[in-house]
Amino acid sequence: MPSAPPSLRTIPITLTINGRRHDLDVAPWTSLLDLLREDLKLCGTKKGCDHGQCGACTVLVDGVRINSCLSLAVMRDGAEITTIEGLGTPERLHPMQRAFMEHDALQCGYCTPGQICSAVGLVSEGHAHSRAEIRELMSGNLCRCGAYTNIADAVEDILEQQQKAAAE
Amino acid sequence: MLTNERRQVGRAMPRIDAPLKVTGRAAYAAEHSEPDMLHGAAVSATIARGRILEIDSRAAKAAFPGIAAIYTHENRPNAAWLDRSWQDETAPPGHTYRPLQNDRVLFDGQPVAFVVADSFENARDAAAMITVRYEVETPETDLTTKLAERYVPPKKRSGISPPPDPRGQPEEAFKEAHFRISGDYLIENEHHNPMELFATTVLYGADGVLAIHDKTQGSQNVQKFVCNVFSLSQDKVNVINAYVGGAFGSGLRPRHQLFFAVMASLDLKRSVKFEIARSDMFYLSYRPAMYQTVSLGADAQGRLTAVLHDTVQVTSRYEDYQEVVVNWSGLAYRCDNVALTYALTKLDAATPGDMRAPGAASGLFALESAMDELSYEVGIDPLELRRRNFVHFDQNENKQLTSKALRACYREGAARFGWERRQAKPRSMHEGHELIGWGMATGIWEAQLQSAKARVRMSANGQVIVQAAASDIGTGTYTILAQIAAEALDVPAEDVSVQIGQSDLPETSVEGGSWTAASSGSAVDAACLAIRQRLLDMAQKDDASPLKDATVEEVVIRDGHLRLDTDPRAGVAISELMARAGETAIEEEGKAGPDAKQMKSFASYTHSAVFVEVRVDEELGLARVTRVVSAVAAGRILNPKTARSQILGGVVMGLGMALHEESMIDHRSGRIMNHNLAEYHVPAHADIQDIDVHFVQEFDDKASPIGVKGLGEIGVCGVAAAVANAIFHATGKRIRHLPITIDKILGETVGKAA
Ligand code: FES
Ligand code: FES
Repeated sequence: MPSAPPSLRTIPITLTINGRRHDLDVAPWTSLLDLLREDLKLCGTKKGCDHGQCGACTVLVDGVRINSCLSLAVMRDGAEITTIEGLGTPERLHPMQRAFMEHDALQCGYCTPGQICSAVGLVSEGHAHSRAEIRELMSGNLCRCGAYTNIADAVEDILEQQQKAAAE
Repeated sequence: MLTNERRQVGRAMPRIDAPLKVTGRAAYAAEHSEPDMLHGAAVSATIARGRILEIDSRAAKAAFPGIAAIYTHENRPNAAWLDRSWQDETAPPGHTYRPLQNDRVLFDGQPVAFVVADSFENARDAAAMITVRYEVETPETDLTTKLAERYVPPKKRSGISPPPDPRGQPEEAFKEAHFRISGDYLIENEHHNPMELFATTVLYGADGVLAIHDKTQGSQNVQKFVCNVFSLSQDKVNVINAYVGGAFGSGLRPRHQLFFAVMASLDLKRSVKFEIARSDMFYLSYRPAMYQTVSLGADAQGRLTAVLHDTVQVTSRYEDYQEVVVNWSGLAYRCDNVALTYALTKLDAATPGDMRAPGAASGLFALESAMDELSYEVGIDPLELRRRNFVHFDQNENKQLTSKALRACYREGAARFGWERRQAKPRSMHEGHELIGWGMATGIWEAQLQSAKARVRMSANGQVIVQAAASDIGTGTYTILAQIAAEALDVPAEDVSVQIGQSDLPETSVEGGSWTAASSGSAVDAACLAIRQRLLDMAQKDDASPLKDATVEEVVIRDGHLRLDTDPRAGVAISELMARAGETAIEEEGKAGPDAKQMKSFASYTHSAVFVEVRVDEELGLARVTRVVSAVAAGRILNPKTARSQILGGVVMGLGMALHEESMIDHRSGRIMNHNLAEYHVPAHADIQDIDVHFVQEFDDKASPIGVKGLGEIGVCGVAAAVANAIFHATGKRIRHLPITIDKILGETVGKAA
């Protein structure tokens, strides 16, 4: 364990991450993002700014999309967390992951896990009904490679599939 | 014959690295680790020019027992002394910046101390407790106050052509021209800001061998740099950049995080990871600010009679960074009287660097804005003006072109955009409270070929492995190399395993300049040809072989057989050939590179025509780009899906350049004020609406052996001008200072740069 200034102690928390329970002792200043990346080696969640300005670190906490860099791990004691690794695997892609692949909604891939988690959160929020709304509600996730139009295509595709399924 | 369904090249297949990337399994530079490894953090200078008087790390040391080392200029381990040891293959002339060399501060954010500790948080927090005292000198960071101190770089940067000598009588021709326009253009610094932070993980092997995961556009460039700077032999240094989270040029040169991580690892004989903060990304490299003047003269029909383009561009005190800014103005259109000049001026700032279409993105903003302005002066459609000035050869170098399907870009792009419905007069199109403007511009970029090697291995059971030290920075290299090998060896591209991004693979230059697809692609193609030759040699050992008299050009690989192209029934199974020769696999290397003889008489460029619609809210001054059509001529398209993405990315970066991006410097302190993604605006989802990418047919058998020209840069070329031209058409305001923000649209900017 890394050393800490002696006066400060770690705090025990429990997190369910991608369906698996973790009992952890975390330093009070460790962000959820650093916990995932550095301690648990779940590096699918990316760090693009560490300041809540890019969305690369988006994960789902109890189904809601958040910037994991803006959350201290200790604030999430007891939460259910889904990261990109928990959505699907290369062999069994989540429909959103498949849609991203088919629409080439990624280039370098670095913003991609955050975009996908954000898109999954967006769909379950149920607020997006048009392409303009998708664009607006995905604007917390930057993509410097400029895959935006393809990302919007992928999300739109999934939304339409859902609407169709609901209508049937 | 090959049916279309079986073609692998030209197929819009999804990226082969997509399954790993969409599931978070692709590991980037900072995502490799080892138990008990060390983490680094830097202390960045808070002045732009001066001297370090004292660095006090006592409080940090007392608070963090987990600190393994704190390095400053006073205690850093020795590194190479000679300048040339520090110069990587893309370095400009000058004295390369060396971290912690001495007490001098040369630019804002320069790292002045490096902390290594047992966790990321401890390193970061300890770094925050280190205090530095400076002797501050007054920095000079404002380009517009330093224009008079311009100079022509005494030493040219390798690979960059200086402006050609003037031709004709440019000044006289301009004076006598029937129509004349002249304007000054200003571009501010822009930062690459790839989403991945610059990071290096050095895994220190038991045998002292370093496995270095680095964010770079060239693993071998980094390997050579590390060997030179730290006096290591190549077998002790393995550099890996299997996945790169964007770079856009910022990863061409080795960055300081590499130096620090390797230095600490060697010194402490431990594994070390160092990922820099987003704010520090603004101190690495940037598209340089520049001041340009373009003057155009034309005859009564709008034919150019004079082109004068002058640029003063920012560089650092210690290096002469150069890019090709003005040369485009001598070759984009037909004109016999041309004067192009390019100068630098030194500021107290880090050295600028190549950023997507370096030089062209900036120079074409000025030229293509000026062409638009001229079209109004002459009173003809901006597209028609460009057609009238079409040129079919490179007038700068007096060379033929390998191909130029730009007319098709004009025609097909205009048709897709609906350009013929454009009303010529500015401010003549609106809807509600919004003014609508349509603008266009031409894009050009050089199609280059660099030396590249590749190895291809084909097993008797049909497995194919492609290897090269190439990089995929989001460009699609993995996928197109798989497609090229798959087509040549007739296997599904999905079954080809592509191994790139490692310094011990066949030699490849850095990923940049749009040359990777053409260069590495041709090398893979050559390796596959060599495999076919080997198989044919094996077949011809048998006197009864139906291929006995065939040449390598006459045979193809189909369905695991080597067959006659003209008579596919005549063939022999590859597994049988290998079994007979006692081999389980064959492996060949191929290489590609520029053809010096051909380059004497031919030049090669990619071209584009960009059409843009803006809507400007007259009261708010808010400009939104609602439609873009980018019609591109870039030779053969290997994969329409990934190719389209390359252009989309370029267009989006061009929209950022036009409307949002600017690194703001407080010239009193010389410091960058908006060094974060909240205040440095890159385009977000909401900014990007409809972008239509169209590739026109262009056949080219000279640009590269596989007919490819490259796509990384052409997408951004011309975009900023097309937006500025559309804003003029919407509002009647000619804005020559990027980015075109609300204040400029509302303010009195007509006819002035600043
Ligand atoms: S890393 Fe969390 S928003 Fe950028
Ligand atoms: S794919 Fe590279 S940042 Fe989005």
